[in-house]
Amino acid sequence: MMIGGIDIVVLIATLMVASTPILLAATGELVAEKSGVLNLGVEGMMIMGAICGFIAAVHTDSPALGFLAAAAGGIAMSLIFALLTQLLLSNQVATGLALTLFGLGLSSLVGQGYNGVKPPPSPDVNLGPLEQIPVIGDILFRHDWMVYVSLGLVAATWAVLRYTRAGLILRAVGENHDAAHALGYRVRLVRTLALAYGGACAGLGGAYISLVRVPQWSDGMTAGSGWIALAIVVFASWRPWRVLLGAYIFGGVTVLQLRLQAAGIAIPVQLLSMAPYLVTILVLVIMSARRGRAAMGAPASLGRIFHASS
Amino acid sequence: MKRRTFLAQSAAAGTVLASGLATRAMAADPFKVGYIYVGAVGDGGWNYQHDQARLAMEKHFDGKVKTSIIENVPEGADAERALTQLALAGNKLIYATSFGFMDAVIATAKKFPQVKFEHATGYKLAPNVSTYSARFYQGRYVIGTIAGRMTKTNKIGYIGAFPIPEVIRGINAAYIAAKKVNPDVEMKIVWAYTWGDPGKEADAAQALIDAGVDVLMQHTDSTAPMAKAKAAGIVAFGQASDMAQYKPTPRISAIIDNWTPYYIDRTKAAMDGSWKSEAVWYGIGEGMVKIGEITDAVPADVKAEALKIKDEIAKGTLKPFTGPLNKQDGSVWLKDGESADDGTLAGMNFYVEGIKSDIPK
Repeated sequence: MMIGGIDIVVLIATLMVASTPILLAATGELVAEKSGVLNLGVEGMMIMGAICGFIAAVHTDSPALGFLAAAAGGIAMSLIFALLTQLLLSNQVATGLALTLFGLGLSSLVGQGYNGVKPPPSPDVNLGPLEQIPVIGDILFRHDWMVYVSLGLVAATWAVLRYTRAGLILRAVGENHDAAHALGYRVRLVRTLALAYGGACAGLGGAYISLVRVPQWSDGMTAGSGWIALAIVVFASWRPWRVLLGAYIFGGVTVLQLRLQAAGIAIPVQLLSMAPYLVTILVLVIMSARRGRAAMGAPASLGRIFHASS
Repeated sequence: MKRRTFLAQSAAAGTVLASGLATRAMAADPFKVGYIYVGAVGDGGWNYQHDQARLAMEKHFDGKVKTSIIENVPEGADAERALTQLALAGNKLIYATSFGFMDAVIATAKKFPQVKFEHATGYKLAPNVSTYSARFYQGRYVIGTIAGRMTKTNKIGYIGAFPIPEVIRGINAAYIAAKKVNPDVEMKIVWAYTWGDPGKEADAAQALIDAGVDVLMQHTDSTAPMAKAKAAGIVAFGQASDMAQYKPTPRISAIIDNWTPYYIDRTKAAMDGSWKSEAVWYGIGEGMVKIGEITDAVPADVKAEALKIKDEIAKGTLKPFTGPLNKQDGSVWLKDGESADDGTLAGMNFYVEGIKSDIPK
């Protein structure tokens, strides 16, 4: 299927790959924010995941162990954040920014000597007959397994938040931590767990860049993906399926503009590059104009410090 | 060295200066030289190569020169802060190694007339600012010849960083050379709008590969396109650095920036007082541009042809931009036998005839 010199099937297949890192990170951040914590350290957790996963994969020769280590690295970073913001009650915005700077620096320190090293390849999942379905097989069933993990995480996040008691408690903590506390829920524990989940997802997203999408290690290689993930959560008004949509739009535009260039179609690249951000602003304006903060879906306690005495 | 350690060092240097002015004239004090880089020294390309040259230079002077670096300096206002920091830390010579540092270098040089500045790939001079660049396009011409011979789909992919003269010059040189040996060749160009973002460079490489190119050139800093080329089974060229870890394929040759001799010369001149402001533009002949080993993946006759062209360029008997050449719109640029002058090359903002895409405005 060719439109304007661009193969649509290949375009969609590659946009899924290009979007997976931000999809993972955004899904994790969504859960953290649903619990009422704004963690701006996504970029730092991603880059730590990228290097931890890379080192583990190189030494064990196993991408799976690499991704596990990446999740662990992300969790370790998020626990630093949890300690500072939940126990020591530091400012979440400042701590998040610090976490990003810390992660960028630490990752390049840890990553010394890993430049130019090649990680073990992550093969595509063999889905047998499914791959043979025309068009759909090419688009959906010829990816490495992390693409399916990311989709599975979105579905699981959605289901847990919507249908389970744990999801209800998490949302209660995010909406009104004082009420949740009065009901006997352990606000700090819930938030710490949510942050850890966010850290694990961000770590996986980072490792997806260093192990699959590029695949190699270089300093600062996440190059702002964490910030895009944060924007996507807002764009999605804190809903998992919209996170998926947002991530694929953001990733899709990046891939599309490069492919338009390769096809020799003259289109102002700058316009396409800023398109997702313009859409985010537009979505925010439309939603906030209609029914106020609640309608946007922002958790009411987002970014507020909780202390049992207050 | 990261910014933190640098700060600690400069703070320490400040203390030394304040407490020990009397010892300043002592011969044992090393001559201090600073560097700022646009990316990480671990990129395996442009910044890595500058840093290797810095280390070689420091080694050459064996303790008489002490260098500091600041990496990941954004092009723009932040560069001036980094340069000021280095100047205040007592560095007498500062190398700014990216085009976009130009205005920051000029502004900082005004504030510190006693400090010498060296700006890579720029064109603005001042009494204490020199510029230096390499004629990368000569190297592009050599690998363009190999590319034209190696492509079977007749499509060569080119990842550009920003549409500035330096990059456009490289595209034109590679295209002219490739077309000379393969008239059917087509150049597919993608602008990444970054010097170094491995994810984006990989995406750009993949977009070109999916568009049917089987030879990939890049004018961005990281080795990410190499990894994609390897996965796709096509060939590519090392950029700025040898990128030897991708030998023998996909990396079949490379354009190597060799800054070491220049850094040694200029640092020596700054130390003995003979330093003058000048604009240096060296090529293959002077050894600032080198062609990396051509691997066995390239047929022997093509390799011999490329090496012959390299030698002719080094001797000056072959100039890549020699007429008859038309601009993209068909108007005459160079008449038969006429060669482009350096001024035109330095400000090149057009494609030559035959390249299909447009330069982004």
